[in-house]
Amino acid sequence: MALPRTPFLRHPGAVAGALILIAILLMAIFAGILFPGDPWRMVARPNLPPFSPGHLFGTDMLGRDLAAGIAHGAQVTLLIALAVTLLAVAFGTAIGAVAGYFGGWVDDVAMRFTEFFQTIPSFLLTVVIVAIVAPSLASIILAIAIVSWPQIARLVRAEVLSLVNQDFVRAARVGGLSTARIIWGHILPNVLSPVIVAASLMTATVILIESGISFLGLGNREFVSWGYLLGTGRTAFRVNWWLSTIPGLAIFLTVLSLNLVGDGLNHWLNPRNSNRGGRA
Amino acid sequence: MISRLLRTIMLSLAATLLTLTGLAAQEAGGTLNLIVQPEPPTVNIGVNRLGPTTYVGNKIYESLLTYSADLKPLPRLAQSWSISDDGLVYTFNLRRDVKWHDGQPFTAKDVVFSFQKFLPALQARSRLNLAEVKGIATPDDHTVVFTLKAPYPAFIYVHNTAVLPAHLYEGVSDFRTAEANSKFIGTGPFKFAEWKKGSFIHLVRNPDYWDAGKPHLNDIFFHVIPDANSRAIAFETGQVDVLRAGDVENFDITRLAGLDGVQLTEAGWEFLQPVGYIHLNNRHKPLDDARVRRAIAHAIDRQFIIDTIFGGFGHETNGPLSRLSRFKDTSVETKYEFDLAKANAILDEAGLKPDANGVRFELQFVPLPYGELWQREAEYVREALASVGIKVNIVATDVPGWFKRLTTFDYDLAENFVYTTPDPAIGISYAYTTLEGDNAGTTGGNVHGYSNPEVDRLLADAAHENDFDKRKALYSQAQKIISADVPLIWTHDIVFPTLYRTKVHNLIATGLGTDENFADVWLAK
Repeated sequence: MALPRTPFLRHPGAVAGALILIAILLMAIFAGILFPGDPWRMVARPNLPPFSPGHLFGTDMLGRDLAAGIAHGAQVTLLIALAVTLLAVAFGTAIGAVAGYFGGWVDDVAMRFTEFFQTIPSFLLTVVIVAIVAPSLASIILAIAIVSWPQIARLVRAEVLSLVNQDFVRAARVGGLSTARIIWGHILPNVLSPVIVAASLMTATVILIESGISFLGLGNREFVSWGYLLGTGRTAFRVNWWLSTIPGLAIFLTVLSLNLVGDGLNHWLNPRNSNRGGRA
Repeated sequence: MISRLLRTIMLSLAATLLTLTGLAAQEAGGTLNLIVQPEPPTVNIGVNRLGPTTYVGNKIYESLLTYSADLKPLPRLAQSWSISDDGLVYTFNLRRDVKWHDGQPFTAKDVVFSFQKFLPALQARSRLNLAEVKGIATPDDHTVVFTLKAPYPAFIYVHNTAVLPAHLYEGVSDFRTAEANSKFIGTGPFKFAEWKKGSFIHLVRNPDYWDAGKPHLNDIFFHVIPDANSRAIAFETGQVDVLRAGDVENFDITRLAGLDGVQLTEAGWEFLQPVGYIHLNNRHKPLDDARVRRAIAHAIDRQFIIDTIFGGFGHETNGPLSRLSRFKDTSVETKYEFDLAKANAILDEAGLKPDANGVRFELQFVPLPYGELWQREAEYVREALASVGIKVNIVATDVPGWFKRLTTFDYDLAENFVYTTPDPAIGISYAYTTLEGDNAGTTGGNVHGYSNPEVDRLLADAAHENDFDKRKALYSQAQKIISADVPLIWTHDIVFPTLYRTKVHNLIATGLGTDENFADVWLAK
C-alpha cells in the first residue's frame, strides 16, 4: 500500500466532513442516553415548534419528540448504512478479485452475473425486494446490499487486472505461494485504497436508498429512521414545516460529510493524486 | 388588416353575447373544477361503488330515488311511489320524459334490467336486495311494482343504485366485461365527454335533461392530482373549487378553511353515515375473550384520536350505529371511557399476566393504507396498548394486501371505516351476523368473526319488522348486546368535512352530499 504523502488534515473539506460525521456518530451512539426510552412515545403537546423548551426540534402531530426521533433514527440509519457497506464490500471484493485474477471463463461468468444486477434500476429492485419480503432490519440491509455490490466488484476486478501481471505478483507465484495467499496477501492490500474511497461514497448512497424506502412507507415500523420522519412530515409540510425539514437536513449533512470524507480519502490514499502534490 | 377588423367584430360580438346571457340567467353557465382522488378504474356506478366512482358516476347515471338530509326519499327517476300497508308491495311511477344520453327513451324495462340482472351480477349488496324480492311486475312502460317475500322496511333505502340502459346490453351475457360498460350512457344532468387518464375526467351539460332548465353548469372537470400537497395548492390557487375529505389530510383542512372565500361544511354524509373501526379478530386468542376486547377499548383514548389525529372532526361512539341513525340508542350502550388502570385490572383478571418484559401478549395490526392519518392512528394505538402490556406489531401493507388480510381473518387488529347507511338492515346487519367460513372473494362482511345467536336473531327480526317502534326496540336490544360484547373498537363517528369556494352554490343539496348529481349546483360570477 502506497504511503500517503499529503496529510489528511490538509484537506479542509474532508476535515469538516469528518467532524460532522463524528458528531453524527456520537449522537447515534449516545441516543439512548440523550433521549432515554422509546422515541415513539408521545411525550409532549402535539405540534410544538422547534426550540420549544425541552424539545429542541419540536414535536410531531402525536406529540412525539422530533429530536429523539432524529437521534434514534441516526442509530438505525447508520447501522443499516454500515452493515450494507460491509456486506457489499465483502461480496463485491470477493467476486471482483476472483474474476480479475483468474480471467477467462471465470471472469466472463462473474461479470455477466454482475451485469445482471447492474442492468436493473437499483432503487426499484430494492423497493420490490422489500415489498415482497416483510420489511425487517435484516431484509432491508440485504435488499440494499444486493443492489450495491456490483460497483465494488467491477472496481476491484479492474484494479486486480492491472496488478495481476506485475512483477511482484509473478514473483509470488514463482515462489510457490497459494492462490489464496497471493490474492489476500499481495493483491488485495494494493486494491484497498480505491475500495475505501468507493465504500465511503457507497455509504452515502445507502443512506439515500434507505431513506427512500422509508419515505415511501415501506420501511420497518419498529424503528424510527430519517426517511420515515421525512416521509411522514412531508404531508404536513404546510402546517409543520420542521417535521420534514429537519430530517431532510440530517440526511443532507450526513451524505454531504460522507462525500467530503470520501473525496478527502481519495486525495489522501490515491498515489496518482498525491504524486502531483500541493493540494489544498 | 381585414383579419384584425374581423377579430374586433368577433370579440365585441362575443362580449355582447356574454353580457346578454349574464343578464338572462345569473345562475347558468360556468365550469366546476373538482378533484377525484384516487383516479377510479371506471365511472360506471353499475360496475363498482367505490368512493371516486360514485362521485363522478352519479352525475352521469341516476337512480329511482335520492334522499334528503333527514333521510326522506325524494323523487328522481321515480316521480312518485307508494308502499302497501303490509310493507310488501312497492310501486314506483317513473318519469315519462326521460331520455338516455344516446337519445333512446327510458322505461320500466331499464329499471327491471338493472335491479334484477345487471347489479346483482356485479354487486354483493344488490344480490342481498334481490333476495328480499318475490317478484317484479311492469304493468306499463312507466310503472314498476316490487313484491317482497316479507316486510323489509330498508327496501326504500336501496334505490340510490344506478339504473343502466337495458338496450345497450341486449344479447350480452357477461355484464362484467360488457363493452357498453365504458360507454357511460346515463340519464343524468351531465354527459361523459372525455377521460384523459392521469389528468382529468370531463363531463358536459346534458341539454336534453328531463328537469328543464337544469343543470346550471356548462361542464365539470374532475382533476386527477396524485399528491396531497399539490391538491391543497390546487385549491388554494383556485384551480379547483371543492375539496372533499380525503383529498387533503385533516390538519390541512383546518388551515384551508381559514382562507378567504372558503366555506367548510360537515353536511352531506347523512346517507352514508361513516364510522371508524379498529377490527378485532374475534377468532384469534385472546381476542375471543370479551373481557380482553373491553380492556382494549378502555386502553385507547378515543378522544385523543378525534382531537389530535383527525383534527377535531368526529364524535365519540360506543356502539355500531352512527349518531345520524334513527335507530341509535346511546342509553343502552356500554361506555368505554379511557382508563388504563381499569384496562390493566381486566387483563389481570382474564389471567393474562405480563412476562418479565411487561408484555402480556402480542398482536399484529394491519393499518388502513388510505393516507397519513390512519398511519398515525395505528402508531398511537401501538403506544396506547403498549402501556397496558400489549405488544402491537404494525404490518405495513397496500390496499389489496389490507383487504385480503381482512377478508381471510389474517390479522389481529385492523383499521377500517364503514358506511353504516340509513338503515341497519343494509348497513350493519351483515357485519354482526354469524359467518361460516371466511369472507374471501366478497366485498367484506363480518370480518371480525363475531358470533352471538341472540344478536343473529334480533338483527334478522328487526330487518323484517314493519312496525317502526317495534323495530327500534329490537335494534336497541341488539345495540345493547353488541356494545357490551364490543366485537370491534368503534374509534369515532366520522365527520368528513367538505371545503368549497363560496362562489359554488347548492353544493350539498341532499343527504348524499357530493355524491349527488349536481343538477342544482351553480356558480356565482
